[in-house]
Amino acid sequence: MPNDLFNSFMTGPDENGRFGDFGGRFVSETLMPLILSLEEEYDRAKDDPSFWAQMDDLWEHYVGRPSPLYFAEGLTKHLGGAKIYLKRDELNHTGAHKINNVLGQILLARRMGKTRIIAETGAGQHGVATATVCAKFGLKCVVYMGAHDVERQAPNVFRMRLLGAEVIPVTSGRGTLKDAMNDALRDWVTNVRDTFYCIGTVAGPHPYPAMVRDFQAIIGKEAKAQIMKAEGRLPDTIIAAIGGGSNAMGLFFPFLDDKDVQIIGVEAGGKGVNQKMEHCASLTGGRPGVLHGNRTYLLQDDDGQILEGFSISAGLDYPGIGPEHAWLHEIGRAQYVSITDVEALEAFQLSCQTEGIIPALEPSHALAHVMKIAPELPADHIIIMNMCGRGDKDIFTVARHLGFDMSGPEGRSVE
Amino acid sequence: MTRIDDTFARLRAEGKKAFVAYVMAGDPDEATALEIIKGLPGAGVDIIEMGLPFTDPMADGPTIQLAGQRALDGGMTLEKTLATARAFRETDQTTPIVLMGYYNPIYSRGVDRFLEDAKAAGIDGLIVVDLPPEEDSELCIPAQAAGMNFIRLATPTTDDARLPKVLQNTSGFVYYVSITGITGAAEAQATDVAPEVARIKSATDLPVIVGFGIKTPEAAQSIAGVADGAVVGSAIVKLVEEGKPVPEILAYVASLADGAHRA
Repeated sequence: MPNDLFNSFMTGPDENGRFGDFGGRFVSETLMPLILSLEEEYDRAKDDPSFWAQMDDLWEHYVGRPSPLYFAEGLTKHLGGAKIYLKRDELNHTGAHKINNVLGQILLARRMGKTRIIAETGAGQHGVATATVCAKFGLKCVVYMGAHDVERQAPNVFRMRLLGAEVIPVTSGRGTLKDAMNDALRDWVTNVRDTFYCIGTVAGPHPYPAMVRDFQAIIGKEAKAQIMKAEGRLPDTIIAAIGGGSNAMGLFFPFLDDKDVQIIGVEAGGKGVNQKMEHCASLTGGRPGVLHGNRTYLLQDDDGQILEGFSISAGLDYPGIGPEHAWLHEIGRAQYVSITDVEALEAFQLSCQTEGIIPALEPSHALAHVMKIAPELPADHIIIMNMCGRGDKDIFTVARHLGFDMSGPEGRSVE
Repeated sequence: MTRIDDTFARLRAEGKKAFVAYVMAGDPDEATALEIIKGLPGAGVDIIEMGLPFTDPMADGPTIQLAGQRALDGGMTLEKTLATARAFRETDQTTPIVLMGYYNPIYSRGVDRFLEDAKAAGIDGLIVVDLPPEEDSELCIPAQAAGMNFIRLATPTTDDARLPKVLQNTSGFVYYVSITGITGAAEAQATDVAPEVARIKSATDLPVIVGFGIKTPEAAQSIAGVADGAVVGSAIVKLVEEGKPVPEILAYVASLADGAHRA
């Protein structure tokens, strides 16, 4: 890895939206003019202090930022090695990091005079965050969600509807998150003149990966200041879970040029990264391809057809990954590992028991990797893990996997 | 000169508009799709647009999405799509084939290898929906260098400032997308299309063909009347979906072609 300060890892993407060979603008001509005008508007907003003043105000008073950096004493003791801090983004309004980005995009949509917001959602967290901010600003909101996810995430569907959003179950393709994104793109191409597409992760055509990263980077900026205050130095390791990769990019980005900070992204290994492809580990089990506006690592067959991901977590259930992660993987600045459903479930329970924190299944993957490495590390090794979402939405899934029937007042284990 | 250029030269000499028909390779199965494609020139089709199946066709409506799924479920691949073109060329040396699809299957095969194989299979042009001019170095430039036409989509959102960029590396013809939307959705109106086609023609000498939202012989006639030709896709594919016998499908194609040729 280059050592000189001039070789920064924080200058991407280039003017073509590329991080190395990844990223780009692979969209139909109908969308191209809109994407270019979005890029222009974002460039203006980025340098406009009033834009960031408005963001700061909303982050503080509406979202509840800064989120705490919490020393997880129970976990640290239990694992008996490295000192573990949790970045508590699960305490945000709407229960996850998603709203950090949604606020930024909705403010941009307002600047561009767009009156209708569309979004895709998997587990429903991004959909809920988008519906929430649209309710606040009185914007029409349409959320595309795979029909299968609509069924298994009923509470989030009801939340979105309470907030005034229209939730459209997607039955095209196989009715999953990637199909929801396809249908959102089809909506956008049809209603391009009044509609803003609020993408939930660091993927899609340029400028989305950079823009979403910049909005989520508040996580890493805060964490950096907080750890300096708590420990007087930078962490040794930072860890986050990755579906598309927005919470991870948000934590990682401000640390990219701190070469002594080890960066680890945790992908969803599903039933295990093997030939059967029952996982969502795009980097460890996929190869480069082009989908949804960008070149990145994708789960695909030999013919370039996209495969379905598989994970216990609907929020990680996507066959691609943000292009900046693909680049960080190839140049070796960040390390990417995978964690299985079974390991994530174990971490989920450990967090409940040792910290009194019910985590979402997504950060449970990151925690499972912390469980693997922390015991082998010395007591003065500092780890920051992004606790990017809370687990209220997942208790039904977890109950089912643990064989627990919640239908009766007592609850009981089932065979 | 490619087969596409020859075709437009012939049509100009005959004073006729072009009729372009879209069918998905491998739909409903490999053999039936080939039978349909072989019958298209006899039905009056001037240029064949052959769909390359993809799992995630972001610019297509339900009809063509389902066609792609049927093809993929039946084991269709890029290799078999090229084989369909090769088989067609055994019986027809003059009708151009334009391969229409998305970039990933091509990228996955490798651009150089794809171009060599596609050219050898008798494919004359490419329409790749998710490759705008901003990504020309990916496939457009290498395709032109290999002697294959790269046909670009111009849309209602392509304004005058952007038009030169869209036309710059386009060859064969310009495909004007008549609506902001997906294939097989809203109906195209000749009154909306006419000034847009005129705008594009003032900036290029290439023929301008109009597609998306053309469903009937009458629409083919009225749209072709204000352009250099018309494309019909979803309305034909719908008949395949309904399981109509090949002669019935080709008879409908012939009625569409007659409509466009009447213009």
